[in-house]
Amino acid sequence: MAESLTVSIGPHIKDSLTTKKIMWAVTISLLPAGMAGVFIFGLNALLVTVAAVAAALATEFVILSARKKDTSAVWDGSAVLTGLLLAYNLPPQVPLWMPIAGSIFAIAFGKQVFGGLGHNIFNPALAGRAFLMISWPVYMTTWQKPRWAPDTVTGATPLACYKNLEGVLAKCPSNWDLFIGNRGGCIGEVCVAALIIGAAYLLIRRYITWHIPLTYIGVVAFMSWAFNGTSGLFSGDALFFVLGGGLILGAFFMATDYVTSPLSARGKVIFGIGCGVLTFLIRKFAGYPEGVSYSILMMNAATPLIDRYALPKWFGYVSSQRPLKTREKRKKEGAA
Amino acid sequence: MHYGFHGGIHPSVHKTLASDRPAKKALIPKKVIIPVLQHTGSPAEPVVAPGTIVRVGDVIARPTGYVSASIHASISGKVMRTIHSPTRIQPRALSIVIEREEGLNQEWESRPPRDVNAMSPEELVAVIKEAGIVGMGGAVFPTHVKLSPPKNKPIDAVILNGVECEPYLACDARLMIEKTNQILKGLDIILKIVGAKEGYIAIEDNKQPAIYVMEKALRARAERTPPKIAKLQPKIKVVALRTKYPQGAEKQVIKAILNREVPSGGLPMDVGCIVQNVATAFAIYEAVNFSKPLIERIVTLTGECMREPINVWVRIGTMLPDLIEYVGGFIKEPAKVVVGGPMMGVAQYTMNIPVTKGFSGALFMPKESVNIEQESVCIRCGRCVEACPMRLVPTVLMYRVKKDNFAEAKELGITNCYECGACAYACPAKIPLLDYMKYGKSKVISF
Repeated sequence: MAESLTVSIGPHIKDSLTTKKIMWAVTISLLPAGMAGVFIFGLNALLVTVAAVAAALATEFVILSARKKDTSAVWDGSAVLTGLLLAYNLPPQVPLWMPIAGSIFAIAFGKQVFGGLGHNIFNPALAGRAFLMISWPVYMTTWQKPRWAPDTVTGATPLACYKNLEGVLAKCPSNWDLFIGNRGGCIGEVCVAALIIGAAYLLIRRYITWHIPLTYIGVVAFMSWAFNGTSGLFSGDALFFVLGGGLILGAFFMATDYVTSPLSARGKVIFGIGCGVLTFLIRKFAGYPEGVSYSILMMNAATPLIDRYALPKWFGYVSSQRPLKTREKRKKEGAA
Repeated sequence: MHYGFHGGIHPSVHKTLASDRPAKKALIPKKVIIPVLQHTGSPAEPVVAPGTIVRVGDVIARPTGYVSASIHASISGKVMRTIHSPTRIQPRALSIVIEREEGLNQEWESRPPRDVNAMSPEELVAVIKEAGIVGMGGAVFPTHVKLSPPKNKPIDAVILNGVECEPYLACDARLMIEKTNQILKGLDIILKIVGAKEGYIAIEDNKQPAIYVMEKALRARAERTPPKIAKLQPKIKVVALRTKYPQGAEKQVIKAILNREVPSGGLPMDVGCIVQNVATAFAIYEAVNFSKPLIERIVTLTGECMREPINVWVRIGTMLPDLIEYVGGFIKEPAKVVVGGPMMGVAQYTMNIPVTKGFSGALFMPKESVNIEQESVCIRCGRCVEACPMRLVPTVLMYRVKKDNFAEAKELGITNCYECGACAYACPAKIPLLDYMKYGKSKVISF
């Protein structure tokens, strides 16, 4: 028999999951929120989203060609995801050159200068948003109200409303409005209900774990409840602060970005807590009403450090440090 | 009720067919090629000259040290010559060729059964050593060594490993169904040798038939034994473990059943227990009761190329092509032949290899099932970290090894890796993480 057998090191079977599948799954999970955004804010929101995605793809293609890399990697879903997330973090009525400029910056300086996918320190979409925020702050802080609101030109986001009115929550949108998206804000962040559908999909299919979102949202909720009330400690409306800004979008879809968050479960918990504390501090004490994107960026910078110190101890590590015990000995000790 | 362990993966198991049908009786091949090194340790030394007529069970090679094992003739016939021939793990292994002689009895001639109760632990170990028994889960460590722990390491628990967490393989599952009572008696012998008071039979919960027959056999025993005697006997329990790879790894099965972590670099005896494969327990039973040496074992032949996945008894030294012909041949040309399971098994470059003591199964994969994927960059998804049963960080180790930074790889615990391959299975970027682990380990150890 003429033999031509393939020889390789195991395992000889592999999971069918690929990087591409993950990226597209996250993209799909973001679609409900985008559709809700377009429904709430109208056609311009759609144009902004399309422009951001197209510019991200084009930039990725140009840079990959220039770096003499395989250009089919454009379709691995990561550039689409970056463009989409950037658009979701923009107000709906910005001029169309803004998402394009943001996407170019996000891909070129947020991702490719570091060596492309897997090597970037900061979440590219958030880097793009930070760039736009610093360069054109007026565009980035002018908000459109939902299409059906009587005064359709501009309005404030719920968090800005809270900040400007110095804590009189009654005049701001109700929590139910916040949940279904009847308020001003960025394209992708407004409809919490749609975001939760996408997030549930990611969690159930195990594309993301609970560690970062739960600790992040938990810390923000607790600190807002404890320190952001009008009548002393533990009187804040936690739900308002959880739903009112970009926290749901940030916690489930951006803080969980694999590349820029820690590897281990313990690291992820530290990361989530850090994001939560920073978000609260920025919201409470800084000039900006919202702090989700900056706090995630800051924790991105801390990720290599967290990874270094929060690695799990390997199996058998602790027991090698203590004298070995048999079951009888343990039982005796337990009885004593 | 059990404790579980960190990490692991859930590959699809492909087991049902092979374990549902009775194992086929052994073939008596025209020719066997029996390597003298089928175990961990030093090779045995041939003691038969070419031209000698040997009978089933005759010793043809003697152990050369303490950590070594006897080799026996698996068919009756004429010793032809010694050759260097490939085995599942060696390209050139010294082997003895025996050709079948017509007219000789090819079955094992059973000796009168021994009175096991009257034998001392030392005598039992001597019999096991004489029978050339090695760990049959794949590690092939000589069993008499494993059953002689030093006096300062008391053993209180023995775990029989019938987990068989490798996908496709079903030989242990079948053996537990067919040889239930013999395996239990084998466990009795092991418990007696090491003086342990607790025995566990670990089975993954996807093998309900095996769990059922084992529990039934235990209940029947309990009914037969008067309570006064039962009190003095070791307690034996069947533990159904969650189906998860690598549940059957020695350290993980101990953790799952006893909640003890074998210390880094240590052995199960360091936490007061011993793990033996169910096939080893069966071999021990046969050796002790009937002086039968290890001349045959149960093997799973499976994969999409087989007409039907099957378990079959095989005489040691049977060549793989003979065996394939015996069970009905292929329906597709195999493109990859893996000896062992698909996770930790070894891909072969030739099919002309003999079945040896640690040969638990062969997987024949057609062209379309062979993974040839482009490796892409790590996106730090952390799936390898989640999968690693030893709580290592494969992707970080991979980067250290790539950069030749072996000192740091050692500090990060790379030597704890026992190469289960869960990380490489889980990796969505298809990075051959296990290759990096193996390379890194070899470099760290050779420092």
